[in-house]
Amino acid sequence: METGANSREKLARFERLVLPHLDSAYNLARWMTRNPTDAEDVAQEALLRAFRFFDGFRGEDGRVWLLAIVRNTYLTWIRRQSAQQNSTEFDEHLHTDLELSLTPESDVLRRATVEQVRSAIQALPPEYREVILMRELEQMSYKEIAAATESPLGTVMSRLSRGRSMLRQLIASERRTEVKQP
Amino acid sequence: MTSHAQRNLLHAYIDDELDLVRSMELEDHLAECADCAEQVASFRALRAAMAPALRYAAEDGFRARLMQQLQQAERPPVRESKTRSLPWWNWAAAAACLLIAIGGLLLYSANRHDQTFARELVADHVRSLMATHLTDVLTSDQHTVKPWFTGKLDFSPRVRDLSADDFELIGGRLDYVDGHSAAAIVYQRRKHVINLFTWPAKSGDESPHVTAQQGFNLIEWTQDGMYYCAVSDLNQQELKEFVELVRR
Repeated sequence: METGANSREKLARFERLVLPHLDSAYNLARWMTRNPTDAEDVAQEALLRAFRFFDGFRGEDGRVWLLAIVRNTYLTWIRRQSAQQNSTEFDEHLHTDLELSLTPESDVLRRATVEQVRSAIQALPPEYREVILMRELEQMSYKEIAAATESPLGTVMSRLSRGRSMLRQLIASERRTEVKQP
Repeated sequence: MTSHAQRNLLHAYIDDELDLVRSMELEDHLAECADCAEQVASFRALRAAMAPALRYAAEDGFRARLMQQLQQAERPPVRESKTRSLPWWNWAAAAACLLIAIGGLLLYSANRHDQTFARELVADHVRSLMATHLTDVLTSDQHTVKPWFTGKLDFSPRVRDLSADDFELIGGRLDYVDGHSAAAIVYQRRKHVINLFTWPAKSGDESPHVTAQQGFNLIEWTQDGMYYCAVSDLNQQELKEFVELVRR
């Protein structure tokens, strides 16, 4: 039976092992939902869920464990959202064409503004966005990303590769439109 | 490595995921192959462009709100009363005598308080129907209602989507009842509006208590440290059904 002292201990343990990754949880939620209000909602829900499931936590990597929960919370959330309204689907066709075009020069990428980079990342389909985020922001290893996204290593590798190629083209095309519209 | 490097391998190289031998092989290849070298340079430039764009900061109050919620989740209200009841045994007998003496006195005034309180809830319910002030936030999305309250109250009410059971979520409203800031979560079945009032309460009866006041039905209970009261002109049976769903 759980006593008051035990549950306080649980909260203390949770604060020590999971809460340091709150920022990572918020950022993943922020990039997946693409707006601050929903991000807070998803991150909060995920943390409460994590706390509820915390008895099942066996001392593995707290960040990987938490991000997997954020991801699942997001997936539940987006399913409910798309049941209510038609979300804007990723234009696979457009971006496939983009990928086939030429490699943009490194200079073009270096001159991109923060806003251009952000809107390019937001235009990526979610399954690419999440691996890019985990790799570039969280600096997670392929193994950790595979664990958090519950997918095989090969999938992580090919999504990173394809995601970066799309991103490169998206940024380059934004730079081009900017040049055309002074 | 003489053949063109596989694209994925280039990424594994950039991400430091290749072992020493494979990294050296790939570096040999990059020295000879301008095409692959250009790819690597371009992906590195992409990484540099991304670095300052990736981190978002949560709103100031986010962590504090979350901690508050966790502390509420941490408190198991039913069990706590059990553990607390142990030391009471020592002076329970003495307290019982005292209670019987005071009880009679209090019962009278408590009843009167309950009456006024119920009337106040009904009055709030009626007011919410008459004015154009049924909801402050109008939405059928529970994920909009809950965060909306979060910024305005020092507690975060639980908001449930019961549309699958034909109780449509209309929205939420801030209210002030019996000296408390209260959240009113508004549902509807057919033409009948249900106001679900809620605020934190340390103790109270967990089993639902049904009353009627001026032709409206009220069902109140306490759960997980929160007081709830559902008020509606919906018939008692369906309002009970609603309460069961909320309590689940």
